[in-house]
Amino acid sequence: MTANGDGKHKTMKLTLHVWRQKNRDDEGRFVTYEAKDVSPDMSFLEMLDVVNEGLILRGEDPIAFDYDCREGICGQCGVVVNGAAHGPRRATTCCQLHMRSFHDGDALTIEPWRATAFPVVKDLIVDRSAFDRVIAAGGFITAPTGNAPDGNAILVPKADADLAMDAAACIGCGACVAACPNASAMLFVSAKVSHLGLLPQGQPERSRRVLAMVAQMDEEGFGTCTNHGECEAVCPKEISIAFIARMNRDYLKALALARAESKASAGGG
Amino acid sequence: MELKSNVPSGPLAQKWTKHKFDMKLVSPANRRRYTVIVVGSGLAGASAAATLAELGYHVKCYCYQDSPRRAHSIAAQGGINAAKNYQNDGDSVDRLFYDTVKGGDFRSREANVHRLAEVSLNIIDQCVAQGVPFAREYGGTLTNRSFGGAQVSRTFYARGQTGQQLLLGAYQALERQIGLGTVEMFARHEMQELVLVDGRARGIVTRDLVNGKIESHAADAVILATGGYGTVFYLATYAKGANTTAIWRAHKKGAAFANPCFTQIHPTCIPVTGDHQSKLTLMSESLRNDGRIWVPKTKRDARSPDEIPEDERDYYLERKYPSYGNLAPRDIASRAAKEVCDEGRGVGPTGLGVYLDFHEAIQRLGEDTIRERYGNLFEMYERITDENPYRVPMRIYPAIHYTMGGLWVDYNLMSTIPGLHVLGEANFSDHGANRLGASALMQGLADGYFIAPCTIGHYLGSNKLEPVTVEHAAFREAEAQVAARAKRLLGIRGKRTVDSFHRELGHVLWENCGMERSQRSLEAALARIPELREEFWRNVTVPGSGEELNQSLEKAGRVADFLELGELLCLDALERSESCGCHFRTEFQTEDHEAKRDDANFCHVAAWEHAGEGKRPVRHVEPLEFETLTLATRSYK
Repeated sequence: MTANGDGKHKTMKLTLHVWRQKNRDDEGRFVTYEAKDVSPDMSFLEMLDVVNEGLILRGEDPIAFDYDCREGICGQCGVVVNGAAHGPRRATTCCQLHMRSFHDGDALTIEPWRATAFPVVKDLIVDRSAFDRVIAAGGFITAPTGNAPDGNAILVPKADADLAMDAAACIGCGACVAACPNASAMLFVSAKVSHLGLLPQGQPERSRRVLAMVAQMDEEGFGTCTNHGECEAVCPKEISIAFIARMNRDYLKALALARAESKASAGGG
Repeated sequence: MELKSNVPSGPLAQKWTKHKFDMKLVSPANRRRYTVIVVGSGLAGASAAATLAELGYHVKCYCYQDSPRRAHSIAAQGGINAAKNYQNDGDSVDRLFYDTVKGGDFRSREANVHRLAEVSLNIIDQCVAQGVPFAREYGGTLTNRSFGGAQVSRTFYARGQTGQQLLLGAYQALERQIGLGTVEMFARHEMQELVLVDGRARGIVTRDLVNGKIESHAADAVILATGGYGTVFYLATYAKGANTTAIWRAHKKGAAFANPCFTQIHPTCIPVTGDHQSKLTLMSESLRNDGRIWVPKTKRDARSPDEIPEDERDYYLERKYPSYGNLAPRDIASRAAKEVCDEGRGVGPTGLGVYLDFHEAIQRLGEDTIRERYGNLFEMYERITDENPYRVPMRIYPAIHYTMGGLWVDYNLMSTIPGLHVLGEANFSDHGANRLGASALMQGLADGYFIAPCTIGHYLGSNKLEPVTVEHAAFREAEAQVAARAKRLLGIRGKRTVDSFHRELGHVLWENCGMERSQRSLEAALARIPELREEFWRNVTVPGSGEELNQSLEKAGRVADFLELGELLCLDALERSESCGCHFRTEFQTEDHEAKRDDANFCHVAAWEHAGEGKRPVRHVEPLEFETLTLATRSYK
């Protein structure tokens, strides 16, 4: 065929050590499987699909793992491969990781996200509803349907819009939490706080938002941030830890304002 | 079964305004007495659930994923249309309306489409207010780009993540309501059955996907916003979990299914690499703003693209359709790609591919500008194919992407089952036989933010509803049916996996009911699908039990429904003896191989009524009349 096309690639054989856990209360253990005839063009999850087809036909329990879009945008997939959340490739979800990133004979350890705030549901599937609760606490702009002004009535400087978009790109996968030694969710929370805080529409609630989201984040049992930077390294959307710094400033300012207000309403200093 | 569109009287441009005044209301104090169920949390579902809750209704919302933000609306890349005319290039509500009706090849309901164009303006305003980070000009105003089927620049976008950003706006509004306690959210729950009491939709039965529990939920009205059914073809650009189950179950309980064969094939997707392929990945139509599509002029040209000089390249869309060029609508662009590949001029290892080339755009605009516009899409392409689109042209091929067909709805977005409303891609109606790019996002939000909240109020305000609880016999019966079905699937313990049946069904449909359909191919599919279905129920193997998280059982239920829908799809294609939009019957084409409509006999919606197990469904017809437009041959030359 054309030179742009690939020839037939050699297939690979890999050894997989996969975390199996029946349910939340089961202790769990690693089980070893063989993945044969793995094509380099297969995605990581397609490789697991093939392993599962084999397990099903042998009457064994297939490996449960989360996925949906298989194109790196929904944030539902997420496994730790050889210690790296989403695997070895930078800025790539595990559903977009392709087997050409590995070699014939490789051994892969595959585990779920590990964090107190993300309890295991089954095998590689975890419960990330903590993220939704953090958003419910303040990750929004209060704008009930119907009362919006014309789209161009609010001018947004291009630089602010672009930076807000950088922060808004977060897909809520939780890799940041999984990679952090403290299981901190600061990258996730700061991404949303920054996205909304950078826009004029987000100003009225800016202080409320950061205080409420951080409070919820703490209540969920995520750890604190001690500047390891592991989160940024594994983030599939390359969200920057500069947003964490930005949120810290926002938070301190909001805290100071809240104290000043409560002093004032208590009858002056 | 009667199909009453309930389109209001009066001039087209005033119908919706008049209707909003004429519709019944529910007073604020009374709203909290009503519960509305919303199945699906994508653009249409999340926006409807959030808005209804803001108005004061109690809402229960369901999604099969682990969070409402995972809905596949999130994957839409390119943009959302609105007739703002910010670019001063001649856009207007009327033009968007006309482009959409023409784009749909005159097979949509005129009044619905006009309303869609009208509310498109409000959608942009609402999204901006929520903080959707749309792209901006240096002066701070919103910027636009062009999309297929339009000669104006009316598409608003947020880099290559417009779907995610719009969905996050709706999701965040939804979470605010969840935090306030007005919406009860049931993530990892899948609807298994619709429950009717006295002929009205009064609730659903769900399976908790974590522990397998079957539960009933009662309501005063039910909304299905569960997306499209394109995964019946197995390989499609949809999420793996996308399915037809909610609307199919409703169809079997009496909701007419309209134009099921109107399935859209998107021209720019990454080609298949092997049998292991689990889905196809879309390359946004926005790329066609700057990329040029071509194949070599010679058959089986094995040279690499940079070795092929300009005069030996066939920029076939520019050649065939000079006014629209590379932005010809999707059905036309897809068929044109198939044509050149069938001639032996396709590229790539399988010969099923055409080039989408940015070389000229990079020369003209510089790599930095291209990176800014399409950066994340280029990265996605490279991850999947290991080829660098800044250096070599992208290879693309058409793939199933959207379904214009869906449950039939009237002007109030209510199905033939009283109380059952259907929003977004799950319904038929606005896009006719072909959807224009950047219109799906527009329709989902139009339905959810601005239409359903009014029409649900109208339904509740117009009908006296007896209180119903989950103790009602209809719920018990439905739960028993769901449990029996699961038990049956688990008990078969055959020799073939669910996926193997799904793949085969998808292959049969793609080959026989894909880009080109003929009486012969459709009859072949109609013979094969029942055989495959019969084998499924005899020979599928579903491991595990129903009392735990069981992804195979989830898939089995969805594929069982696909094995029925697939047949209806082919039947619909066979009965529609014309070509229009995405539906191309080889027997009905012009001399230049374009779709040949038969307006005299087929200017209607085909709405199918389920007639019982094993019985041939009944085809009803809603004639389509266009009061403001003359039916034209759809030409993009």
